[in-house]
Amino acid sequence: MNNIKVLLNGIIKENPTFVLLLGMCPTLGTTSSAFNGMSMGLATMAVLIVSNLIISLIKKLIPDMVRIPSYIVVIASLVTVLQMLIKAYAPEVDKSLGLFIPLIVVNCIILGRAEAFAAKNNPIASIFDGIGIGLGFTIALTCLGAARELLGTGAIFGQTLWGEDYGMLMFVLAPGAFLALGYLIVVFNKIFKKA
Amino acid sequence: MKKLKSSLTNMLSVLTVISVVAGCVLAYVNSVTAPQIEKINADNLAAGIKAVMGSDDIQVSEPKEVEDFTVYEITENDTPLGTAVVTVNKNGFGGPLKVLVGFDKKGTILGYTLLEHAETPGLGAKAGDWFQKDGKGSIIGMNPGENNFTVSKDGGDVDAITASTITSRAFLAAIQNAYDKVIKPQDGVSGATPQANN
Repeated sequence: MNNIKVLLNGIIKENPTFVLLLGMCPTLGTTSSAFNGMSMGLATMAVLIVSNLIISLIKKLIPDMVRIPSYIVVIASLVTVLQMLIKAYAPEVDKSLGLFIPLIVVNCIILGRAEAFAAKNNPIASIFDGIGIGLGFTIALTCLGAARELLGTGAIFGQTLWGEDYGMLMFVLAPGAFLALGYLIVVFNKIFKKA
Repeated sequence: MKKLKSSLTNMLSVLTVISVVAGCVLAYVNSVTAPQIEKINADNLAAGIKAVMGSDDIQVSEPKEVEDFTVYEITENDTPLGTAVVTVNKNGFGGPLKVLVGFDKKGTILGYTLLEHAETPGLGAKAGDWFQKDGKGSIIGMNPGENNFTVSKDGGDVDAITASTITSRAFLAAIQNAYDKVIKPQDGVSGATPQANN
């Protein structure tokens, strides 16, 4: 499989949110605005790329029976590093995402890709897989965040379009997350899935 | 190269090596970022004190510990302006809620800012704006000694954040607590010396 194909595979054919339906917790939890969704997507992508690379590099050294604990230690360390970096250099992001950053550790997309892709492929392909899946996740979260922000508060990326008074607060709250996600999955599959 | 066998020695040594390496990396990154994080927190506090007292031109006293609170006496051009208190309530929805709140000499709230919180983004995290002057549940200008400082659901004077009553309760309790433990005892003292130019 060439690398471009791997990349596109992650964005469209195996889009983690719209097709695989993985990582629903951060998807529903952090997408109350487009900016939050995008930050979460980018943070996850950063972890995913590095974890895919590292796991692909050390896959031969890890005995099969302890591979899950080993992967988790690698992923948890990366997330903690990321959390410290965000706290130090992007305090705004830290403020709005708060406790969702440490939860990246248990995001099944990352462990899933480590197990399904990085453990079987070479480091370069694994990086491309990380970028592809990461981008797919980021795009999905940004779309969902934008839709919810627009319907809920009448703004997009903080730019007011028609004012909060006309927004449906429900879309910023949890039920709106499920509704918006459901409809976005319908639209996505209508466009990209051949019947 | 062949994959390592799952023998006890292999498993133990691999997990140990990975954990040690991970620990070293974390220790290194922590040592790099800790000063920066501390600086941001200190800057936030300094900017926060200015914001909650509603004045840029202030002198801040050395912090003083009163029970669990950190108290800063604020003076403006040598006249006492009021008190800024760092107060924590552990009953937030996602964890402790750390609020910096500014009182004037009578205990009226001049402003507040959230220093640390772990509230839900989009819900409880709105506490940073909600209780501000142009927010929906403004507490600016209220006095915890005179107003009923609980959410309207509990019969109080403050509108809770929509769908975040727990956060709102914790937030108001933090401020009420700071007033009771820090400001009120002070009032008792200053009340003994009437101030003519108020």
